[in-house]
Amino acid sequence: MSALIDAVSFPARAKRDQSGLNLKNGESPDFITCKACNRRALRTIWKDNYYVCPECGHYSSIGAIYRMSLIFDPGTFKELNKGMKAKDPMKFPEYEQKVAKQREKTGLEEAAVTAVGRIGGNKVVCVVLDSRFFMGSMSSTVGEKVTRAIEVATRKKLPLIIFSASGGARMQEGIFSLMQMAKTSAAIEEFNKSGGLYISYLTHPTTGGVTASFASLGDITLAEPGALVGFAGPRVIEQTIHKKLPAGFQRSEYLEAHGFVDKIVERKDMRETLIKLIELHKK
Amino acid sequence: MIKEILEEVEDLDTKIKTLERKAMKESSELTMAADTLEDSFDEINEEMETLDEYNSRLDRLKEMRRYALESAVHLAPDEKVFLARHMQRPHIDDFINGLFTDFFEQKGDHLYDEDLSIYGGIARFHGIPVTVLGHRKGHTMEDNMKYNFGMPCPEGYRKALRLMNAAEKFGRPIITFIDTPGAYPGLEAEEHGQGEAIAQNLAKMSQFHVPVIAVVTGEGSSGGALAIGVANRILMLENAVYSILSPEGFASILWKDAERHKEAAKLMKLTADDLYDAGVCDEVIGEPVGGAQRDYDEVMHNLDGVLYRHLKELMKLSPSGCKHDRQKKYRMIG
Ligand SMILES: [Zn+2]
Repeated sequence: MSALIDAVSFPARAKRDQSGLNLKNGESPDFITCKACNRRALRTIWKDNYYVCPECGHYSSIGAIYRMSLIFDPGTFKELNKGMKAKDPMKFPEYEQKVAKQREKTGLEEAAVTAVGRIGGNKVVCVVLDSRFFMGSMSSTVGEKVTRAIEVATRKKLPLIIFSASGGARMQEGIFSLMQMAKTSAAIEEFNKSGGLYISYLTHPTTGGVTASFASLGDITLAEPGALVGFAGPRVIEQTIHKKLPAGFQRSEYLEAHGFVDKIVERKDMRETLIKLIELHKK
Repeated sequence: MIKEILEEVEDLDTKIKTLERKAMKESSELTMAADTLEDSFDEINEEMETLDEYNSRLDRLKEMRRYALESAVHLAPDEKVFLARHMQRPHIDDFINGLFTDFFEQKGDHLYDEDLSIYGGIARFHGIPVTVLGHRKGHTMEDNMKYNFGMPCPEGYRKALRLMNAAEKFGRPIITFIDTPGAYPGLEAEEHGQGEAIAQNLAKMSQFHVPVIAVVTGEGSSGGALAIGVANRILMLENAVYSILSPEGFASILWKDAERHKEAAKLMKLTADDLYDAGVCDEVIGEPVGGAQRDYDEVMHNLDGVLYRHLKELMKLSPSGCKHDRQKKYRMIG
């Protein structure tokens, strides 16, 4: 599959930072140090392993464009509403500067990347939230882009795949951020009624308003191993109940055991699993 | 600060009440004395003087109260947060008693549990059968513990959805009352799918063909508020607040310092007037000076008229028109 990835036509901005893993100052470009186990391995080995630590199996967060390149057929994907920028509806102090910083860091305009493309020859609409951009938080532009993508899927009767990753609300957009939960959920429900297939793919971390809206409304819910998924953050829960949370709490495996995930799917199996599911849902 | 003002006003309230009782007693004694001619002229004269003095003291106290309340007319956002959370503020029980008749409570999600932090059922509003429900808070610490301070678990949201689905089936308008610090951040709540429960409510509420009106009566905080708030009309009491999370939470996330909640409240634009300006709130309902807790009758009277007017308007829409009206409202935001 890696030959395939290299053949994908990347947007220019993705080239400089293909995996989404930014280099830290002084770090050798040939190596990646695992955030979980602190061990170093060759970047090429990480790459062949889809940026899952070859030593301990830790899932490194990857960029939205890179993830799309992993699932789409080469040269088939077209980004939707690419230039849509974050708004500042509350005129919140320093918000614009903060957005600019995220933009510079990731090469993205917002935390959601939406696209149409083919997977195993099947045309689909795909949304990926990028946790590197403002923690993948739900801004009004994220909500708008997600909603528009869902509406395209509804109109064109295409399967919908959403990879969620979000720290929750975009604080600086206040009530406008909150209302995106209602907007996106309403769009999903319309899509649902039109008979379309929605695969919700939960990645690390999926919390807050995204969990309490479109991420939890899939016909099929998949999750990456070890992803943190929940509504309230573990710290808030611990402060509320004055107890230590059990090991593995709110991780994908925990959610699967408690009945909220159909299957935990490894990154290397992501594309094949999606193709299989899309084929199974063909009428 | 509103807290100090209210303490002063409440102190004056007590003094006024005591004095009024005294004056009443004095005046009835006086009437009796005059009737029976038992007391001497001097005695009657003395009693009349006492009464006069009581009355002038009363006037003075009332003047002081009026003056104190005047400083409570323009409140800062964090003062509104204080009022929105006031324990004596009217809560869902009071609204149901004050505005509805024939209330029939419906309990449980009929799946797993009964969550007391959501209260609701069927009732009549101006004779019209409706489904009414909302977050439940108490007027005492004991009740608040019982109702989990109005913080629902997934079971509460599923109960709310069950009640609303029945309303949709029988063509009853839905009226919800929002007053919550947020969905409960607990271990079981997460295990039972807090996010899933809220998401389902948002999705299903967007599809209803019956009118839905949400009234934010106290604090409307986070997805835990929105989960019963996807409505054709959002009304807010004057001192109610509606926001992405509490000012304390906001301050601790943004500045790692919950103590800066006053500053947060200002930046968050969470008051009824702010939400009206943002186009989220459709109408602001006036409260007595000093807050809704000072005069329930006035609050009920104000809310009753506005609620009825909006309901009548929405009932003119066709079922699909009603659904589209609601969807459009949210589609336009952002
Ligand atoms: Zn590792």
